[in-house]
Amino acid sequence: MGRSIKKGPYVDIKLEKKIVAINDGKNKKSVLKTWSRRSTITPDFVGHTFAVHNGNKFIPVYITEFMVGHKLGEFAPTRNFRGHSGTKKETK
Amino acid sequence: MARIAGIDLPKNKRGEIGLTYIFGIGRNTARYILDKAGISYDKKVLQWNDDEQTAIRNIINNEFKVEGMLRSEVQMSIKRLLDIACYRGLRHRKGLPVRGQRTRTNSRTRKGKRKTVAGKKKAPKK
Repeated sequence: MGRSIKKGPYVDIKLEKKIVAINDGKNKKSVLKTWSRRSTITPDFVGHTFAVHNGNKFIPVYITEFMVGHKLGEFAPTRNFRGHSGTKKETK
Repeated sequence: MARIAGIDLPKNKRGEIGLTYIFGIGRNTARYILDKAGISYDKKVLQWNDDEQTAIRNIINNEFKVEGMLRSEVQMSIKRLLDIACYRGLRHRKGLPVRGQRTRTNSRTRKGKRKTVAGKKKAPKK
């Protein structure tokens, strides 16, 4: 079930503050490291690069306007499936 | 012969069912259309007269997206997911279920026929 519209999109407060600071011109970092995979991407995020944690390392994610409304975590996969042990590698 | 939205409707079915042969119209929508056009659900497709057919066509044209238009819209939405490389897009790319279903067993609709992996050890007996 979706989130109630009344509440608005969820963004971690700390992350939101940082974004506002960057947008206000106090731009110090080009890449914003974050663990907040649960935050919704708002239009403010567009054009920034986030380093989203996937539990192991940070995945750089460049935000385009099509990504608005998704969560940051959707762009940093947490699982890395390399194939089963017996499977022969298929020619690519 | 009733031809609506580029599709030949089956002649001998009840209108309610006949309309569902159009992509994008199910039972519910079919009933809504027939209600609005003032036609009984039970009337067979070949019994519709020209006025009734026009009425149905108008309702579909004005209120619903069907067939080609709808198909392309669905394709576009999927393409968007693929392009932004989000989790759902990756699942589409791999042909795995998109909405968090289990893949240990089942999900054959998405994965297709079973592909047996050669050399994979069977579970040890005893």
